[in-house]
Amino acid sequence: MPDSNITSVCNEHETERLRNIAADILLEAKKQGAGQAEAAISVGQGLSVNARLGDVETIEHHRDQGIGITVYKGQQKGSASSTKLDASSIKEMVSAACAIAQYAEADPFSGLPDKEQLATHFPDLSLHHPWAVSTEEAIEMAIACENAARFYDKNITNSEGASIQTFEGTRVLANSLGFNHGYPASRHSMSCSVIGEHNGSMQRDYWYTTARKASDMEDPIAVGEKASERTVRRLGAKSISTRKCSVMFAAEVSGGLIGHFISAIRGGNLYRKSSFLLDSLGQQIFPSFIDIYEQPLLPQAMGSAAYDSEGVATSATNIVTEGVVQGYVLSSYSARKLGLKSTANAGGVHNLTVKPGSLDFKGMLKEMHTGLLVTELIGQGVNTMTGDYSRGAAGYWVENGEIQFPVEEVTIAGNLKEIYQSIIAVGNDVDLRGNTRTGSILIKQMTLAGT
Amino acid sequence: MSDLIQQAESLILKPAGLSINDIDQVMGHLLSNQIDQADIYFQSSRSESWVLEDGIVKDGNYNIEQGVGLRAVSGEKTGFAYSEDLTMPNMLEAANSVKSIASLGSSGILKPTSFNKVPVLYAAIDPLNSMSREEKIALLKRIDQQTREIDSRVEQVVISLVGVYEVVLVAAEDGHLSADIRPLVRMNVSVIVEDNGRREQGGSGGGARQGYEYFIEDDRAMSYAREAVRLALVNLEAVDAPAGTMTVVLGPGWPGILLHEAIGHGLEGDFNRKGSSAFSGRIGEKVASPLCTVVDDGTLDGRRGSLSVDDEGTKTQCTTLIENGILKGYMHDKMNARLMGHAATGNGRRESYAHLPMPRMTNTYMLAGKSDPDDILSSVKNGLYAVNFAGGQVDITSGKFVFSASEAYLIENGKITSPVKGATLIGNGPDVLTKVSMVGNDLKLDQGVGTCGKEGQSVPVGVGQPTLKIDGLTVGGTHA
Repeated sequence: MPDSNITSVCNEHETERLRNIAADILLEAKKQGAGQAEAAISVGQGLSVNARLGDVETIEHHRDQGIGITVYKGQQKGSASSTKLDASSIKEMVSAACAIAQYAEADPFSGLPDKEQLATHFPDLSLHHPWAVSTEEAIEMAIACENAARFYDKNITNSEGASIQTFEGTRVLANSLGFNHGYPASRHSMSCSVIGEHNGSMQRDYWYTTARKASDMEDPIAVGEKASERTVRRLGAKSISTRKCSVMFAAEVSGGLIGHFISAIRGGNLYRKSSFLLDSLGQQIFPSFIDIYEQPLLPQAMGSAAYDSEGVATSATNIVTEGVVQGYVLSSYSARKLGLKSTANAGGVHNLTVKPGSLDFKGMLKEMHTGLLVTELIGQGVNTMTGDYSRGAAGYWVENGEIQFPVEEVTIAGNLKEIYQSIIAVGNDVDLRGNTRTGSILIKQMTLAGT
Repeated sequence: MSDLIQQAESLILKPAGLSINDIDQVMGHLLSNQIDQADIYFQSSRSESWVLEDGIVKDGNYNIEQGVGLRAVSGEKTGFAYSEDLTMPNMLEAANSVKSIASLGSSGILKPTSFNKVPVLYAAIDPLNSMSREEKIALLKRIDQQTREIDSRVEQVVISLVGVYEVVLVAAEDGHLSADIRPLVRMNVSVIVEDNGRREQGGSGGGARQGYEYFIEDDRAMSYAREAVRLALVNLEAVDAPAGTMTVVLGPGWPGILLHEAIGHGLEGDFNRKGSSAFSGRIGEKVASPLCTVVDDGTLDGRRGSLSVDDEGTKTQCTTLIENGILKGYMHDKMNARLMGHAATGNGRRESYAHLPMPRMTNTYMLAGKSDPDDILSSVKNGLYAVNFAGGQVDITSGKFVFSASEAYLIENGKITSPVKGATLIGNGPDVLTKVSMVGNDLKLDQGVGTCGKEGQSVPVGVGQPTLKIDGLTVGGTHA
């Protein structure tokens, strides 16, 4: 898959154009009486194709643009957003944001980030790798991927298709403290979802691959075969009786478990006191073998960024060391509310990583010996305020460290505080596709509800 | 020309220097290949949100969105492009890339434009202007203050007020031009209470296709506040939820999310055309107890899930999905209806001009039965009474669905006893309604807060049901 020879919309000229628009917005905001202002602009283009049952099903051409403006009049804040970038729309939006600021009430904690925290140097994180794929090539690839899935196993009876997506865009952020920077980034993905049938009941599963650089993606055949395998092994799934048992979250779902932790130490939930981890700084929340950290500057990674959505410089950060919470996840606003400094997490975390353990997937199953391997979770069912956790699950019953049969229509429940304390092991089977990088996670005991 | 079309023309086309003739020209261009179906969808929307927290109105946001989406369908193939830029060269270029989905050759003559007259289910108002900024702020401040006065254990109050003014104009390949002006408002109150070191939250809200005065009429805003506080206080007393399969009684109204997840999605036309739904090919079969009749009705006056006309220009209707336990029909957009040889049901919806339409629900509910709700409860020896839910999800292929209770009680010897903590309920869509053994006479629709997500697209929806007794549903508590 070649990465070159493409007429990319994301070039230095485009970044410069957007930086100039951003500067104009800040000027307009000043003219309309804003003391401080921030502008974020993004433009992008992409293509997605979907093939089903051996033929193209949809071709979508994407062309997006968006702009967000925040103004402060004293400590009063207003914001506006739009899909229109022309001069008269910008004027209208600035005046709408200023009008809102006029009516909002003064909030002593509001405002732009502290100037000394803003990013001043911008390492090349290698995030932009446009993909010179034509519509015809993308269709061909999607068909190959889907065929690999459909003909891999005779139990595959139907398909939801395979899709190829490619997207590139440029984002610019500017504020009245002198910050004005932008960079292009790309994202490509391929996914496949097929249906199998056994004794009149159907199962569906999928697989996907995603990367900044097309050549880093798994190949279409591998994606299709994995989708097929995952579907077929679910056939004949049944519910099991209610019990307490060990639960292993496979790597493709274990990131969620860590996501609930991040949510509970996020500034907004802490200052609102809507978290089960209030005052957890310095507390042992996980067993001592757990380290959780952010790696924002990894080249080509999906969650990499030199600064957060407010322009605050990111850096490698330890969030949990030897099970003890080292820091919260804060924006400038939530940091001020808590009397702390921003941790460059406005807009979220960057390449959140759980230190891998020594066991691979099979080793983790052996370690569990008997229990439920969870490969899919459905529904919400997580209360960040109390830590109460109850979600629908599907996966496999494991005995003697070996998968016995597929399981569905069960729930798993517990309290996150206890769940985190009872982690037995983290696998080295790390899923690198998303912004949370973790292997499978084994929990000593949860309540499984079934028949 | 209808009044709505005139308004849409002056709000969207005129400012961009376009006329209805220009739409005809773009459509003509789209139809120069062998196209079965095509549409040009113009959308312009303005929305605002105001948020009160810590006793002050901290923030507000104003959003403007406008664009056009062009689609061409040939057989089962769809080409799609969209743009924020409403100029002729841009639209013609988009039409060019979109129609390449079909082979060359004309699909026939361009039909003359006819103006679709649609029923009026809501007034063509701009809700953002239905109250002055001073009045919006004053409303939020008053509700905050009065919420804090309800109970001294209230620690935090967050109130949000959201309004959307949306104008759509859709031209179809058959020459039909339709327009709709869709106001939508929503208000939410959420509170945190604290008692003896235990903290809990509760939330409530509502909305409609009306102006903001909706929240003042009938004291609705304060009724959300009282409900939020009541829920939070109930949660302070909640004990661990039971785990296992038991009889579940669902309260009326919002628990109708059961129908949305367990059967609604599975009856959407796209999944059934493709054979990927657990309900595929089952029309005429028994899928529920004879006590159950379920409809999807987009024609209810002013409701959040209602539409005068869907996003393809089809008038909405009341579609019977299940009648006395028998599966009657699917919900369709134009494409899936055509491919299955059915009629479109006014369920073709899209999140915006930048998204493809697909079959989506409107207001989905079960008709009232004959039982007195008290008799239903007293008939249960041991079970769960669930009256409020936080959301749900379904795997339409396996049929497994979940919905998460946020207010539930144990039923012991026919009586409601302790409140229990939130728990997820899980079941199998195609057979859960066969276990319905009693249906209440108390049909209620939800308060207007539902948002449904499908393939990354969100649309407002409604649900409803009477009190229901289900003989056996898995409750995912911790108390095994």
